[in-house]
Amino acid sequence: MAGTKKNPMPCQPGEERVKNFLEVALGYDEDVAINEAKRCIQCKNPKCVSGCPVGIEIPKFIEKIAEGDFQGAIDTLKEKNSLPAICGRVCPQEEQCEKVCIVGIKNEPVGIGRLERFAADWERKNRKEQSKISNTEGKKVAIVGSGPAGLTCAGELAKMGYQVTIFEAFHQAGGVLMYGIPEFRLPKEIVQEEINALLNLGVELKTNVVIGQTITIKELMEEEGYEAVFVGSGAGLPYFLNIPGENLNGVYSANEFLTRVNLMRAYLHPQWDTPVKVGKKVAVVGAGNVAMDAARTAKRLGAEDVYIVYRRSEDEMPARIEEIHHAKEEGIDFRLLTNPMEVLGNSEGWVTGLKCLKMELGEPDSSGRRRPVPIENSEFELDVDVVIIAIGQGPNPLIPRSTPELQTSKWGNITADESTGNTSMEGVFAGGDVVTGAATVIKAMGAGKNAAVAMDQYIKNK
Amino acid sequence: MNKILQKQVLAPTLKQIIVEAPLIAKKAKAGQFVILRIHEKGERIPLTIADYDRDNGTITMIFQEVGSSTKRLGLLEIGDEILDLVGPLGQPTEHPAGAKRIVCVGGGVGVAPVYPEAKELHESGVEIISIVGARNEELLFYLDNMKAVSKELHVTTDDGSKGRKGFVTDVLKELIESDKGIDAVIAIGPMPMMKAVSDLTKNYGLKTIVSLNSLMVDGTGMCGGCRVTIGNETKFACIDGPAFDAHEVDFIEQMRRLRMYQIEEKVEDCRCGEGME
Ligand SMILES: Cc1cc2nc3c(=O)[nH]c(=O)nc-3n(C[C@H](O)[C@H](O)[C@H](O)COP(=O)(O)OP(=O)(O)OC[C@H]3O[C@@H](n4cnc5c(N)ncnc54)[C@H](O)[C@@H]3O)c2cc1C
Ligand SMILES: Cc1cc2nc3c(=O)[nH]c(=O)nc-3n(C[C@H](O)[C@H](O)[C@H](O)COP(=O)(O)OP(=O)(O)OC[C@H]3O[C@@H](n4cnc5c(N)ncnc54)[C@H](O)[C@@H]3O)c2cc1C
Ligand code: SF4
Ligand code: SF4
Ligand code: FES
Repeated sequence: MAGTKKNPMPCQPGEERVKNFLEVALGYDEDVAINEAKRCIQCKNPKCVSGCPVGIEIPKFIEKIAEGDFQGAIDTLKEKNSLPAICGRVCPQEEQCEKVCIVGIKNEPVGIGRLERFAADWERKNRKEQSKISNTEGKKVAIVGSGPAGLTCAGELAKMGYQVTIFEAFHQAGGVLMYGIPEFRLPKEIVQEEINALLNLGVELKTNVVIGQTITIKELMEEEGYEAVFVGSGAGLPYFLNIPGENLNGVYSANEFLTRVNLMRAYLHPQWDTPVKVGKKVAVVGAGNVAMDAARTAKRLGAEDVYIVYRRSEDEMPARIEEIHHAKEEGIDFRLLTNPMEVLGNSEGWVTGLKCLKMELGEPDSSGRRRPVPIENSEFELDVDVVIIAIGQGPNPLIPRSTPELQTSKWGNITADESTGNTSMEGVFAGGDVVTGAATVIKAMGAGKNAAVAMDQYIKNK
Repeated sequence: MNKILQKQVLAPTLKQIIVEAPLIAKKAKAGQFVILRIHEKGERIPLTIADYDRDNGTITMIFQEVGSSTKRLGLLEIGDEILDLVGPLGQPTEHPAGAKRIVCVGGGVGVAPVYPEAKELHESGVEIISIVGARNEELLFYLDNMKAVSKELHVTTDDGSKGRKGFVTDVLKELIESDKGIDAVIAIGPMPMMKAVSDLTKNYGLKTIVSLNSLMVDGTGMCGGCRVTIGNETKFACIDGPAFDAHEVDFIEQMRRLRMYQIEEKVEDCRCGEGME
């Protein structure tokens, strides 16, 4: 019978998985899924739904699973979420739907994300070949960027009958889902299948086009006949610490490190051409999801010691709990309350260490958070040969630079209305990380979806 | 898409291809580059747009075969297609305002990126004095092209097999000292050459622009792998450059960064110092 705890997620054991790039979490089987689904008490006023940025009818899809009607479950999910296999894996559920689940008040909340993943995987296995719809009738709309925001917006507009073209800078679609989040957390095959399903709706994908360089937004609208444009170009510009030694050989941004490994498959070098320098001892600076991904990737590539270096304490670590937990199981060494001061190098320009300062928690500041303050004379050197900086990303400047009509914040984010994606430029909509700064997959999808509705209205009223 | 329309062997390891790329040709300006990938497991490599033809929708690239990607590119024949080709990337070179006489220096394969600069400047009425240098006669190319856009063309080779024996900087120094009213210098070639030019012109306070060939992945500002120190600031060569004020560039750091994958790439012949040592 239904227990007080979530059915545990079967996982590859820690010592096993650090030797491979296969997915860590293995997913529920049918019996476990039904059992977990029965833990949902089918609330009359389901709080969980309001916790989901795209408003999935959570009790309904869970009920279908409980009844063994898996097709019904996936149909319900897809009404609101076109990429459930992805969200079920990477959504920070504990901050969203599961955080407010009623069952979670006394016991562990219902494993909503795990059930979503189960239903999506069931459908992927049982999916029939879809034939590609082609649409040459509808009005033309352009999507910039093929991350979750762009893909979702494209899918919604295609369903409404528009002729949709996605322009993507890279040679492959998917955005962070492809180049950022590692294979062992989100298999690229799944991302590709979900992209293919969207393309089957008649969406045209043009890779290797950098909007702002190859062609501008203005040209798309004035010369190429696009009635409206959605910008979902993400937050790709890596931040650095601006400490001495950061340009030494062996210092990477997490973006570069992860892109080399995920998109360019450097872990298969030399069968694949792109190399990556892994090092024996690696320090990853930062403690978000990106930092965990970089650290766990370095470990899998053979690094002996991998450190997370973070200047605040455990409580402030922004990564998902599950990711921190997995990282610990895999032997990642957490050096908290540790502030990097300088990257040290040898005369050839290679990294030899990371000079750090120990911190302690001081008085709470105005936000109530206890600020880390340096402990005097606590400097020490961490012996490492690779340093990966994972302290966040800002929006890429190529589009704002080439589109002076677009209003941006002082950090360079495109200013857009949250519920419609409306920007300061007529006919141009924006959403996802480029508007909000680095956020989540599901929020980017929500923004793409809202913008699609607004774009449809805009074009109809034109 | 991206079909190779013409191919020419300029020297044993130096090839030129003309590729169908209408969108890129339409926008390209001197100083910009493309990134290409030849096969499914291939690396993304940057190459300068050495010339473009907007009417025919083609771009020209000249490359030296130094490693696996450039060698593989050299094996492609007319009619073959380049799997991925993206551009134009980078900022067009900002030419010094009001300059009337500019010296364009091209070292080794650097003649390829310097040619469009000279051509554009020439077309806008600037007088061009060109210096082209290589290790030996065999490696010289584009002399006719350079001549067509220059008032004077000087050639140097390390071994004296053509033109004057010596380095491009020898000629440059004489030109500067002969007081010809030079307003600026654009120098593109191996890092040590650009550094030598920069060190020289610094003494005369002569504005100098170089184009950096940093290691790149995306070419869109996403990875930071191409970072360079300009003045005291870190810049990304792919979106802030690749052209920079030579006197602000930390060349030593750049030379080190180019050696980042020497072990992984198992290179026998590093060409970083080519033409200088
Ligand atoms: C390593 C890592 C791990 C993460 N883990 C999680 C997680 O576990 N859970 C979670 O919810 N979120 C996670 N995130 C955050 C999440 O991935 C992002 O919030 C989300 O991908 C944003 O979607 P987007 O569509 O706005 O942008 P992106 O996914 O960044 O996609 C933008 C796309 O636009 C393209 N582009 C950019 N500029 C141009 C241009 N000028 N022309 C054409 N194309 C352009 C880019 O190449 C890219 O493909 C993670 C992020 C990273 C980096
Ligand atoms: C903006 C820009 C424009 C460029 N334009 C041209 C051009 O017009 N013609 C041309 O021949 N080359 C050009 N390059 C250099 C070219 O990109 C490299 O030669 C190429 O990437 C090497 O790839 P590979 O796989 O053949 O060699 P690899 O196996 O990757 O490397 C072989 C050797 O070349 C060195 N090397 C690798 N990349 C570079 C680089 N970016 N610069 C210098 N040395 C490098 C390596 O350290 C190694 O010693 C340009 C580079 C940039 C950044
Ligand atoms: S999409 Fe994310 S937030 Fe919404 S129900 Fe699924 S796991 Fe929860
Ligand atoms: S809040 Fe929890 S128990 Fe209630 S319907 Fe949602 S998932 Fe089920
Ligand atoms: S090549 Fe990646 S930021 Fe310049």
